[in-house]
Amino acid sequence: MTRVVTLKIDDIDATGREDETVLEVALEHGIQIPRLCALEGLTPVGACRLCLVEIEGTGRLLPACTTRVAEGMVVKTNSERLRKYRRMTIEMLFAEGNHVCSVCVVNGRCELQDLAVRLGVDHIRIPYLYPKRAVDASHERFALDPNRCVLCTRCVRVCGEIEGAHTWDLMSRGIDSAVITDLHTPWGESDTCTTCGKCVQVCPTGALFEKGMAVGEMTKRASFLATLAASREDGR
Amino acid sequence: MAIDTVGALPDENGKQRLIVLEHAGKIDPEDIEAYMAVGGYATCSDVLQSMTPAEVIEQIRNSGLRGRGGAGYPVGLKWSTVAKAHGSQKYIVCNGDEGDPGAFMDRSIMEADPHRVLEGMMIAAYAVGASRGYLYVRAEYPLAIKRLKHAIKQAEKHGLLGINISGTPFSLSLQVRLGAGAFVCGEETALLASIEGRRGQPRPRPPYPAESGLWGCPTLINNVETYANIVPILREGAEWFASIGTERSKGTKVFALSGRIARTGMIEVPMGTTLREIIYDIGGGIPDGRTFKAVQTGGPSGGCIPAAHIDTPVDYESLKQVGSMMGSGGMIVMDDSSCMVDVAKYFLEFCMTESCGKCVPCRVGTAQMYGLLEKISEGRASLDDLALLEDLCDMVANTSLCGLGQAAPNPVISTLRYFRDEYMAHIVDKTCPAHVCPVSRKEAVR
Repeated sequence: MTRVVTLKIDDIDATGREDETVLEVALEHGIQIPRLCALEGLTPVGACRLCLVEIEGTGRLLPACTTRVAEGMVVKTNSERLRKYRRMTIEMLFAEGNHVCSVCVVNGRCELQDLAVRLGVDHIRIPYLYPKRAVDASHERFALDPNRCVLCTRCVRVCGEIEGAHTWDLMSRGIDSAVITDLHTPWGESDTCTTCGKCVQVCPTGALFEKGMAVGEMTKRASFLATLAASREDGR
Repeated sequence: MAIDTVGALPDENGKQRLIVLEHAGKIDPEDIEAYMAVGGYATCSDVLQSMTPAEVIEQIRNSGLRGRGGAGYPVGLKWSTVAKAHGSQKYIVCNGDEGDPGAFMDRSIMEADPHRVLEGMMIAAYAVGASRGYLYVRAEYPLAIKRLKHAIKQAEKHGLLGINISGTPFSLSLQVRLGAGAFVCGEETALLASIEGRRGQPRPRPPYPAESGLWGCPTLINNVETYANIVPILREGAEWFASIGTERSKGTKVFALSGRIARTGMIEVPMGTTLREIIYDIGGGIPDGRTFKAVQTGGPSGGCIPAAHIDTPVDYESLKQVGSMMGSGGMIVMDDSSCMVDVAKYFLEFCMTESCGKCVPCRVGTAQMYGLLEKISEGRASLDDLALLEDLCDMVANTSLCGLGQAAPNPVISTLRYFRDEYMAHIVDKTCPAHVCPVSRKEAVR
């Protein structure tokens, strides 16, 4: 049987089941923690490092999305140190790709942009890397603009875990990492893609988008995921 | 056949103590009979016949042995965690993915005395209750792989591996798995992912492999040198082992000496031996009449220790205190012809190209830090760049997902700590004191 535990998050007394993560319990108590890779309904991977929190008694910072709650835990989600690291992480993402909001389909509805505003990233101190990345518009309905990709791997996970197609994957490593379809064949030629569009809806930026959209016209609808994941859980 | 493996460097002043390397270079590594002739597999069969798993763990715990892969986690504690973990299937893994630049200890052990590693694993598997195991060896070590595979076959033929070993209920099967050229696969969770056939990327811990490792089962993972220490501990007793070394670091450590030193090669010294004894008494000092400048320990995760700290004893705590770490045992000696900015750049380039790309700080941070070091070495950097470099060091060290990213800034941090004047020379005076960096070539043209 799962036990219920009590803990403190940002001085708020909170309760959670012991199989819940710090992020889940924080959200249930109205505490927002910045994140880009975590999404309800997908396996957490702890990759973006935005949701790192301070937990009393552990010397290091831990990702809220993968850390389970425990009795008596004392969590700080918004210290000056964490805010500084989060701003640097966002700066790193902007400097890594080619993010030009003014020409982007999700301008105004972008999770990366929202976080930058929320965290007060008003300039980028880190040198831009200006990588050369080719757009893949070979699919009939969707397109991939890797210039806007933050490598959160939501597309990889939703395709493998929910749709079961495993069209998306990663190639190369380090700063050269990239999401690919099948064995790096053009998306339009993929023989595993079911054109379900889940990857497009969960993508936090304009990296994956529906064709035929102009600047700021695309709204992502990732809410299907939680419902789908929950009903599958019930079915089991 | 001829014994073509290398043992430890000659011990002229009695500073070395060969425990792990006792057979290296002395017996034929491809002949199990040769290993048995020097007492091989006798310890394992004694253990199986006369000791309970709990007694074995007790011995290892009392010996004070700490993991030789770098972090120095108490081995007995890890074993008892795996032994206590719930699960009908448990695994044992040997980490032979040695990849630090200038490190060749594990390679030499696997090539020179493969049965010693297997015997250590067998005892460990018995102690924690594992029935299957893997030796994860990097593909760049073909001779080590060949010898381990051969050793496993021989051990199976002699009834030392397989079902009901030595007539006891204990069974164990071992397999060799090849690493495919990624340094990060030496990180335990990435290594396990790689064995499972997935992309070799680390995942956040907890859960630790001791609780949830290979295919979700409790898994014991230790380094090659750690397993090579098991047989002597059980043969000679925990007290004997604990009498060697310092208060908190027991036993001996194998190091790979390289760089600007008269004698390069493998050495094995008791913990607590000073860097001076290693470099001058065993290594023969600095050749060509040059002066000693620094020694790099711990590979890309470690740091540079300057001449002022040459009397530091090598043990886990002391090395950490001077800004480096034990690491797996690479030791690169540098003289006054080395530029410390260039050294930091070299190690950071290594971390950058070996970053798996999963987490943002390591993927982007190492590339940015490398870019700044390049700027410094070319004489294009400002003091603002240095401030940004230090901010990045702090952020990458504290926010990266695994040990690779967390330790990647160490070479920069330690060289900044001891050789800040060299950085300033590049940035302010636009000159490289050792005449190594591109900035000094520009100087010559000017």
